[in-house]
Amino acid sequence: MGLLDIIGPVMVGPSSSHTAGAARIGMVGRRLLGEEVVEAHVLLHGSFAATGVGHGTDRAIAAGLMGMTPDDGRLPDALELARAAGVRVTFERGDLGRVHPNSARIALRGETSRVEFEAASVGGGQILLQSVDGLEVGIAFGFPTLLTEHDDTVGRIAQVADVLARFEVNVAFMRVAREGRGQRAIMIVECDDPVAEEALAQIRRQPGFRRVCYFPPAD
Amino acid sequence: MPFHSMAQWVALAEQSDRPLYQVALEMERTDSGIEPEALLARLAERWEVMEASMTRGLTEEVRSESGLVGAGARRLHEARVAGHTLTQVMADAIARALAVSEVNAAFGRIVAAPTAGSAGVVPGVFAAVAAARNLSRHTVVRGLVTAGHIGAIAARRASLAGSAAGCQAENGVASAMAAGAVVEMLGARPRVSDHAAAIALKNLLGLVCDPVAGRVEVPCVKRNAGAAANALAAAEMALAGIESVIPLDEVIDAMAWIGIHMPVELRETSEGGLAATPTGRRIAERLKVEVDP
Repeated sequence: MGLLDIIGPVMVGPSSSHTAGAARIGMVGRRLLGEEVVEAHVLLHGSFAATGVGHGTDRAIAAGLMGMTPDDGRLPDALELARAAGVRVTFERGDLGRVHPNSARIALRGETSRVEFEAASVGGGQILLQSVDGLEVGIAFGFPTLLTEHDDTVGRIAQVADVLARFEVNVAFMRVAREGRGQRAIMIVECDDPVAEEALAQIRRQPGFRRVCYFPPAD
Repeated sequence: MPFHSMAQWVALAEQSDRPLYQVALEMERTDSGIEPEALLARLAERWEVMEASMTRGLTEEVRSESGLVGAGARRLHEARVAGHTLTQVMADAIARALAVSEVNAAFGRIVAAPTAGSAGVVPGVFAAVAAARNLSRHTVVRGLVTAGHIGAIAARRASLAGSAAGCQAENGVASAMAAGAVVEMLGARPRVSDHAAAIALKNLLGLVCDPVAGRVEVPCVKRNAGAAANALAAAEMALAGIESVIPLDEVIDAMAWIGIHMPVELRETSEGGLAATPTGRRIAERLKVEVDP
């Protein structure tokens, strides 16, 4: 955690983990889906389930899903705003097993796509994206981060690396995971430099990429 | 790399005869490429948000949605201004810590430091001491650098989440951040910050997270005030040359150990402690809201 994470974030109360972190989890979901959220189902686990409502975890997740940042003054009214905007957000309490006590599993549907992910709020507003569509990812958002879902075929990693190199983006860390050989795979690229929208567009144009998401450096 | 230990940071500062905040700013420049001026400017913005939240809490009738907490800061502030409080600096710090916490409980805008549940401690102590000693805004913003890095060491060695290690990791660490930084703001040598922060955290070791009805209200709001007073007590001792037998790094490690051994009922699940008292349960029942569409 950096200095601005400790003296920060600037946020709407009352809880950095249960409110600000929850809003950031919603924002991550929105970026993963890559379009406006039409419907969201949120499973709250552990302390999120036990004390989430009093902390506004439900409102904060809804706020993030609609693109509000943790310091957005509209956050307390996010559930009403979602309803007014025709976004259906439902919640349930559940048990996700041996995960961080502040965890949520969220299923999102947009006009054209769906995504399901698990994330945890690990303290002070910091979050960890645990899995996306069933594949472990473990993203802490300490760097500008690129996430792709693609076919596990020859050359996909090289294509991403090539685009990033042409846009002068240095790769700090990189991981891949897959369902099985030749099946759906996921790539996580943590960068030292921000990734331009045009670079993302170029990756999206390559065959075999189902999802290309970008998470700018956390403020 | 950010500092892993207070000992290493203090040694670096004392070897080069520089204050902790300056060594930290140099480290930030090397590590993340942020120029000291740019970082101080960002922190100055955050101090403005802190000040705004204190002003709001001290002057407005701020109440939480549940009605459990609110307007305490204003009441204490008025008592102090009217000369009815036992102390001056401490009453001011307590009132300001309450102010931020009450704004926070009312879904208001605050700066987490290190968390929202403990957001009143650092600004409360800083503002009260700055007012009493005529410290400049520059000094206060530099103090945020020192406070922030003490918090970062706690984050690296332990945790800042009440759900992971209890309130000691929130208000305890906030108190250590405030104490360690405020002695440096008053001109003390780096090692004095180690002692002040260690004393402050030691006094709050074992503090559990047991919020009534799962809200950052009872006991969180008044614990911010307690942690602010505790920071001033620790700073007084350290400034007088009283040393902590156990250094801050080891106190943080002890905090991590205690956190691991803390039952889950006392880690922000509202299943034990004050949350499980008859009154606590009654309030929870009254405020019960089902998570449902």
